[in-house]
Amino acid sequence: MSATTDAADVRRRTRELLAAHPPATTGRTAFLRARFDAGLAWVHYPVGLGGLDAPRSLQVVVDTELAAAQAPDNDPRRIGIGLGMAAPTVLGYGTDEQKQRFLRPLWVGEEVWCQLFSEPGAGSDLAALGTRAVRDGDDWVVDGQKVWTSSAHLARWAILIARTDPDVPKHRGISYFICDMTDPGVEVRPLRQITGEAEFNEVFLTGVRIPDSRRLGPVGEGWKVARTTLMNERVSIGGARIPREGGMIGTVARTWRERPALRTHDLHQRLLTLWVEAEVARLTGERLRQQLVAGQPGPEGSGMKLAFARLNQEISGLEVELLGDEGLLYSDWTMRRPETVDFTGRDAGYRYLRSKGNSIEGGTSEILLNIVAERVLGLPAEPRNDKDVAWKDLAR
Amino acid sequence: MSTQTGPAAPQAQAPDLLYSEAEEDLRSAVRALLAARADAPTVIAATESDTPYDQQLWESLAGGIGAAGLLVPEEFGGQGASHREAAVVLEELGRSVAPAPYLTSAVVATEVLLALDVREGPAAGLLADLAAGRRTAVLALPFATPAADATAALTGTLERTVTGVADAAAADVLLVPTAEGLYAVESAGPGVTVEPLVPLDLTRPLATVTLGGASGALLAESGPAATAVARGLLTGAGLLASEQLGLAEWCLTETVRHTRERHQFNRPVGSFQSLKHRMAQLWLEVVSARAAARNAADALATGSPDAPLAVAVAQAYCSKVAVHAAEECVQLHGGIGMTWEHPAHLYLKRAKADSLAYGSAGRHREAVAALVELPAP
Repeated sequence: MSATTDAADVRRRTRELLAAHPPATTGRTAFLRARFDAGLAWVHYPVGLGGLDAPRSLQVVVDTELAAAQAPDNDPRRIGIGLGMAAPTVLGYGTDEQKQRFLRPLWVGEEVWCQLFSEPGAGSDLAALGTRAVRDGDDWVVDGQKVWTSSAHLARWAILIARTDPDVPKHRGISYFICDMTDPGVEVRPLRQITGEAEFNEVFLTGVRIPDSRRLGPVGEGWKVARTTLMNERVSIGGARIPREGGMIGTVARTWRERPALRTHDLHQRLLTLWVEAEVARLTGERLRQQLVAGQPGPEGSGMKLAFARLNQEISGLEVELLGDEGLLYSDWTMRRPETVDFTGRDAGYRYLRSKGNSIEGGTSEILLNIVAERVLGLPAEPRNDKDVAWKDLAR
Repeated sequence: MSTQTGPAAPQAQAPDLLYSEAEEDLRSAVRALLAARADAPTVIAATESDTPYDQQLWESLAGGIGAAGLLVPEEFGGQGASHREAAVVLEELGRSVAPAPYLTSAVVATEVLLALDVREGPAAGLLADLAAGRRTAVLALPFATPAADATAALTGTLERTVTGVADAAAADVLLVPTAEGLYAVESAGPGVTVEPLVPLDLTRPLATVTLGGASGALLAESGPAATAVARGLLTGAGLLASEQLGLAEWCLTETVRHTRERHQFNRPVGSFQSLKHRMAQLWLEVVSARAAARNAADALATGSPDAPLAVAVAQAYCSKVAVHAAEECVQLHGGIGMTWEHPAHLYLKRAKADSLAYGSAGRHREAVAALVELPAP
């Protein structure tokens, strides 16, 4: 179909959807299901799975038409892990049954997903993870502890990596599963952060039975599958389109313009430097998007998360200083559980503290610099002593 | 003050930040020419001679490839291309640091003339000569002059001394701003002396120009001359960002190559994480500089109202990236990076001099402050 699908065709299909299911008189879920079934959910996905096998660049045609018609969206901030990580992995490695079962309710937002990857003993060295999955008949029995799980308390499903063979080197003994979060062996506890609230969770898995039919990819090849997930995570964190003065710099610039009494020469120089860097980061993201649209994807995406993590931290730090006396205050330390991840909302103190996570979550900046150095620049890896050692013999 | 005007207003048209096929073809031609005629030992030897400029290289670049006429419409004898293509030429010149009066003559002086009425008179003939690469001209102002100082630069008479004029020794014609307007003065004419200075950057010679009893052709009265000089300096600053990009890319590429090959402690030094992280950080700066430089070139090419901001952002950013890349290049090369024999010093000197040319990063940040309404206390 891709050979014949063009912008006019996508626009026509979108208008047919709107005519058959007018947003004003159609329920939200019913409209989103109809949109999925019309192939207009994510046009680059296959026909029958919410897409049209069309170029990804045509999605903007759908989104523009639907926004103009005030059609409801699937609240992507609420289901970001499903859209950005679970879906591409299910699409890439799932069986036909798995794709049919999971993708539609995932995209519509009827089923929220979370990610059970990191562990207390396996952060940057994720492949050292120790959660065990032991085969028992048609099931796998899972025991272990996961951490940094956003949305675990809301999620119906999780993507899970667990150790299925401790006797081989760590990268080779991992398998990838879809875990039912309503299983009685799954216990979710809030993990309170430096902001005072609990955006993330700890997840304890005790005797959780997962049918083998919910394995993604071959036994022992879970690490390869997980890399698909992680690459998509980095794209989804660094790839959002931003207008000039979008993001945190806009907030500081507004404060600067509206409150002359706060201005000092030192802050002025730092603000201008950060303004220029934020604008250049925006242009770099724009150039990356233009490369993707032109079908020339570059390695720049690997760097965008690094740039935005540093900028968010420096800009929010500057903002606390700019606010003077107010910068000494904090809105609220009450332990809460926010429904959506909020990188930019709330007051300057919150932004300053929350942005500290930007250089840790989704791959620390140090690990990302290694990835750029080794995969983009072709620099040699550090000598390693863990590659040929069975997982069970690693130091821990 | 409204916060919805100016900086936050939506941009009329998204800039094209990629390279076209024609631009890549042009790049290949320029790169091949520079590889053949201006490798590092040749450039080092040339900077120590009395004739740093390679006349044959200039003729091939300016006339043969047609790079000198890229900004000039065909009806005035040029190629009818744009700042986007000239920016690609400058990326390659930055990668090579060969001495050539491209930025000063084919970009800045040419842009000044293009801003004047060039349908007839002396400006028309000079423009056609510059476009064809038959002659070169430079603006007789200190190399560090930013566009913001253009009006102030129109002062005095044809009896004057101007120091720090880049590529003046290579120029056939000097464009001299005076209180009365802009003059074209033959540099070989009576009453003109061009005295070479000892520059920090040997690949872009500087000179002191002294005019005493010289005569020139008045190209424009002071009003239009100020506009034209400002446009020339803005364009120079905007396209200098592409030269800085090319320079930074060379430094990163050579540093990666060296640290992959150089062994200490029985391993390539490029395998040490502390070095890898520095090079990865530099890579991020280079890809960011590319977006900023392309944005400035595209804004100049399309005559976008955003051009002054795009140029100020590009200069404020790319200046620092080029200097950082050159400094890292010297450091990560170790001892060899401190030698005269290795070309790293040419790039460090060019990068540092470029960071002052047409206004420092600080001056460009001041321009940003005015353009996006972030005033000083």
